[in-house]
Amino acid sequence: MGIIPLLLGITVISFIIIHLAPGKPTSLQQALNPKVSQEVRLRLEKLYGLDKPLRIQYINWLHKLVKFDFGRSFGDDRPVVDKILERIPVTLTVNILSLLFIIIVAIPLGVKSAVKPNHAFDKFVTIFVFIGFAVPTFWLALLLMNLFGIKLGWLPISGIKSLDFEYFSLGQKIMDYLRHLILPIFVSSLGGLAGISRYMRSSMIEALGQPYIYTARAKGLTENTIIYKHALRNAILPIVTILGLSIPGLLGGSVIFESIFALPGIGRLFYEAVMMRDYPLIMAEVVLGAVLTMLGNLIADISYAYVDPRIRYRKQA
Amino acid sequence: MNKPLLSGVLIIGIFTLIAILAPLISPYDPSVIDQNNLLMPPSSKHLLGTDSLGRDILSRMIYGARISLSIGLIAVGIATIIGLILGSLAGFYGGWIDTLIMRFVDIMLCFPTFFLILAVVAILEPSIFNIMVIIGLTSWMGITRLVRAEILSLKEREFIQAERAIGASSFRIITGHLIPNAMGPVLVSATLGIAGAILLESALSFLGLGVQPPTPSWGNILIESKSTLGVAWWITVFPGLAILTAILGFNFIAEGLRKILG
Repeated sequence: MGIIPLLLGITVISFIIIHLAPGKPTSLQQALNPKVSQEVRLRLEKLYGLDKPLRIQYINWLHKLVKFDFGRSFGDDRPVVDKILERIPVTLTVNILSLLFIIIVAIPLGVKSAVKPNHAFDKFVTIFVFIGFAVPTFWLALLLMNLFGIKLGWLPISGIKSLDFEYFSLGQKIMDYLRHLILPIFVSSLGGLAGISRYMRSSMIEALGQPYIYTARAKGLTENTIIYKHALRNAILPIVTILGLSIPGLLGGSVIFESIFALPGIGRLFYEAVMMRDYPLIMAEVVLGAVLTMLGNLIADISYAYVDPRIRYRKQA
Repeated sequence: MNKPLLSGVLIIGIFTLIAILAPLISPYDPSVIDQNNLLMPPSSKHLLGTDSLGRDILSRMIYGARISLSIGLIAVGIATIIGLILGSLAGFYGGWIDTLIMRFVDIMLCFPTFFLILAVVAILEPSIFNIMVIIGLTSWMGITRLVRAEILSLKEREFIQAERAIGASSFRIITGHLIPNAMGPVLVSATLGIAGAILLESALSFLGLGVQPPTPSWGNILIESKSTLGVAWWITVFPGLAILTAILGFNFIAEGLRKILG
């Protein structure tokens, strides 16, 4: 399949990017200690294999990548893999809950809009969608933090635990997590909400215009059955594809709102790495992001073929 | 009565005027620090209030319009030029050129845009020029695909075959006929792209990796809103509203253009 060239291409581009730097990756470490002599600098370069020609460096780097050795972070000299792995749970939780929220809200919105197109509800949702697309997420986060966090004091505005977390019972701990996650999840879902409810609307409208709907009505089925049992099933098929395709957007967005809400996830890790010019960490996350996106696309393709019975049966035949 | 197009052009027209006339209409110099008026709420002296260094927010937003709009325009300009060139080469010549270019597009599309931009900004220090170029270099993929699709469908039409018959050079066919006819969808995409670029620039500036203070940008005025949460609502509300309105304006224009193209 086309995955291998794609993976190779990703690594090549990433490698080119990191070597765009006018100085060498070691020059930052040198800059911090101006007493470092030429001799020490050469030794550092040899240590990182920077004295070899570029293509050899690339092959070495590739070797390490395949073994999941992303090097050690410039910040605290810990293996980059560890730093990333320990932050994945938070990002994963927020994004999965976000996707669930989007599905629960956007699909009914889209369906209801499609059933009575251009009536009041539909117009209202359309305006909401338009604004949802145009609102900068970090601005919305700030506004909500202002409103719910400070003025009303209902929700905490940073981190994932309160200060006295250790003293909570299990139930209270779960509630505490949830309270901290509500704002981030809402903010990160807004874009997806707008997009998917729009998509459901057009998908449903198309499904409701199909010939088999006439048959169903002629058979005398109730409107509810027609909408939910027949049209919806067909309209929903592409959703899986869309969810898979929204992964890069979620990753990019997580940088912003994890930074604003001080959540310890991989988005914020990336932001911190960029601020510190921690090159090994930056590189690892760029490659990781690209690979995850690629996987997301792959899953989207495969699941669409699997979920649509027409394609499934055609393959068997 | 193309309502979206009209409202969009009105909004963006006003912003553009503000940006062009900035030195004439700005009440204060945007970088002037006023120790006596730190964090003042909106008043008759400072219509939109002041920030933590006493700078007038209205003036900063007026000059910010210049910066944000021009970054958006130039970044998308770069992306469009790249997209037109690569897309027409891929669509017109086909074969291995097409495969090569589209493979490149696929690879580039795998990188989450924000990650890529942040990584490159980390490596080549943030500056207005760098941001324009970087946003441009990460936004050309969609336009390339669009142009290629348009050219593939236009290639076999009669007027193109007629051009070939009279011996017109490939260059002339591409630039004189194919591209002009493909511009419709490209324009829609570019308009939406400007909105996206403005959003990207403000997010970058907000994170401290975009336009560097004291040069004002709608995004970097918002940097202070985090530290003045609950205390100075005017620092948060106004720049955000500006960004929102600009993006809505461009979205309306794109919607209006779509209506025209049918």
